[in-house]
Amino acid sequence: MPEPVVTHQNSRETLSFYVAGFVLLVLLPVLNVLPNEDSWLYLSDFRLNQFGKFLCFAILALGLDLIWGYCGVLSMGQGVFFGFGAYCMGMYLALQIGKESVYGSELPDFMVWTQVKELPFFWYPFKSFAGALLGAILVPVLFATIFGLLAFRSRIKGVYFAIITQALAFAAWLVFNRNETRLGGTNGLTDFKQLLGYRLSDPSTQRWLYIMTVLALGAAYLFCRWIVASRAGKVLIAIRDSESRVTFSGYTPWMFKLFVFVVAAGLAGLSGMLYVPQVGIITPAQIGVLPSLEVVIWVAVGGRGTLIGAILGAVAVNYGRSVLTNYFPEAWPFILGGLFVIVVTMFPDGLLGMIRKLTERKKTPAPLIKAEGSTAA
Amino acid sequence: MTDDHLILNCQNVVMDYDGFKALNNCNFSVHYNELRVVIGPNGAGKTTLLDVICGKTKPTSGKVLFGNGINLVGKNAEDITKLGVGRKFQAPSIYANLSVWQNLDLSVKRASKGVFPTLMGRSTPAERERIDETLETIGLTEHVHDRAGSLSHGQKQWLEIGMVILQDPSLLLVDEPVAGMSDKETEQTGQLLTKLSGKQAIVVIEHDMDFVRQIANIVTVLAEGTVVCEGTVETVQADEHVRAIYLGRAKVAH
Repeated sequence: MPEPVVTHQNSRETLSFYVAGFVLLVLLPVLNVLPNEDSWLYLSDFRLNQFGKFLCFAILALGLDLIWGYCGVLSMGQGVFFGFGAYCMGMYLALQIGKESVYGSELPDFMVWTQVKELPFFWYPFKSFAGALLGAILVPVLFATIFGLLAFRSRIKGVYFAIITQALAFAAWLVFNRNETRLGGTNGLTDFKQLLGYRLSDPSTQRWLYIMTVLALGAAYLFCRWIVASRAGKVLIAIRDSESRVTFSGYTPWMFKLFVFVVAAGLAGLSGMLYVPQVGIITPAQIGVLPSLEVVIWVAVGGRGTLIGAILGAVAVNYGRSVLTNYFPEAWPFILGGLFVIVVTMFPDGLLGMIRKLTERKKTPAPLIKAEGSTAA
Repeated sequence: MTDDHLILNCQNVVMDYDGFKALNNCNFSVHYNELRVVIGPNGAGKTTLLDVICGKTKPTSGKVLFGNGINLVGKNAEDITKLGVGRKFQAPSIYANLSVWQNLDLSVKRASKGVFPTLMGRSTPAERERIDETLETIGLTEHVHDRAGSLSHGQKQWLEIGMVILQDPSLLLVDEPVAGMSDKETEQTGQLLTKLSGKQAIVVIEHDMDFVRQIANIVTVLAEGTVVCEGTVETVQADEHVRAIYLGRAKVAH
């Protein structure tokens, strides 16, 4: 009987999980609180908050990596599900502003200036925090279930699926831009004041939000890893390698695709929900075609088909953006585009593939997918 | 009309592609646990016949009776697989980015192959033992942890045969298993198929006549979508009609 294979990659991945967990969850918040503000060790509130935003994006990237990296189905509409999560939380935060709003009305400001006299019915669930949390996950999940059923059952595949999801992103952008949608139109939702009674402008609130994001990312990573390590995870890779053989092995590929698509949508919703209170604004510009495409770039740059790669890509590209837009604000789209082209043509396994290649040159070169462990366990 | 000894009975199967009849009133039957070889010139409809049986394509008309007389026509490929028809494709169709073990593990016949049972499922000791036996049968025990994509062409073909065996088919359809194989690999494949016959019925499509002679008892000759001759290798090779078809001198008179 073959012994369960524990590849050194697997144990190394566990080690890096603990190290990253310690740095993100303990070290960074401590560096934000303890050192003196002029100390070189000090991490400013701004930086910590910015990092929180990157980690939200990492959750979004994990979802895309499951469906694209593992299952080979390119979704160019992840921004939509992110947007659903973000708007659900945004609506709750907008209602929490209350009388503090510019016009002193219980209604959000944009409703006052677009002459909406009463709260639209679909805003009611978002008066409660629980409603916002549930909505941020359930709305994208339900929407993805319906959309996925329609698309995957009719065997829409490959580039056609990518185009349809891109059309979805464009449609969502158009709908959210309209004032008649009652979600703030082009300006979106902003000017939030408090969350569960805590002031959002208070650094300690932001620090807690950051910690929540790290915990959510950790949970999302473990969840994805559990899926990927299971037999169903192997079916995902099998679908990517040879979909017809999967059918002749007795599995129904569209059901597995639907499953990961829905999981990815749920993760995108979670990501959007955590993003809004930390960034303080959500507008249609953050959920359309371009933001959806950017997620694809993060995952490609980090390394498709490896969970760590997706996280790494999301953080690295966004950190790069924050640094480079300081120096060359105009050039960023070109840098991003160029990066994508270089990675896709020269480093198909992304940053992680490059790192592994460099560190394992002397050992047997192992393809990335193989490194994910064995079901023989 | 069902015959108790037949596992497969194709009756008057027609596959009409816009006027081109890939299968033309094809009647083809196979006994339980028999190893049958199907030969025929290019375009005779051999692969189409297998496609129709395993549900990859739907025939224009006709019946495909399987086992106790279940008509396979109109059923989808997953269901036909579950009923016990295994298909080995011509080009190796394996999961290149999974290990040999994982390829086999995914293929094992299980009560449910839905998303959630698959997500929760762990291989039982009995299943692992079966996978080990299969590994030995197909001669890939040493390669159990290799990435399937790194195997040689012949090994990939054997792996796919192993994957199909693990589905416990009572009928195994094998399309040109030795194309592109070395002589040694061809011989090993012949031994493998002979070893497997007796446990299940096997239908093999083949061009290589040496190989056919190695494995076949009964050979069926297909031409222009119809069975023209059936019998032992010697009978078939002696048949004037068959010679004519292969030399392209005569039209099939049916």
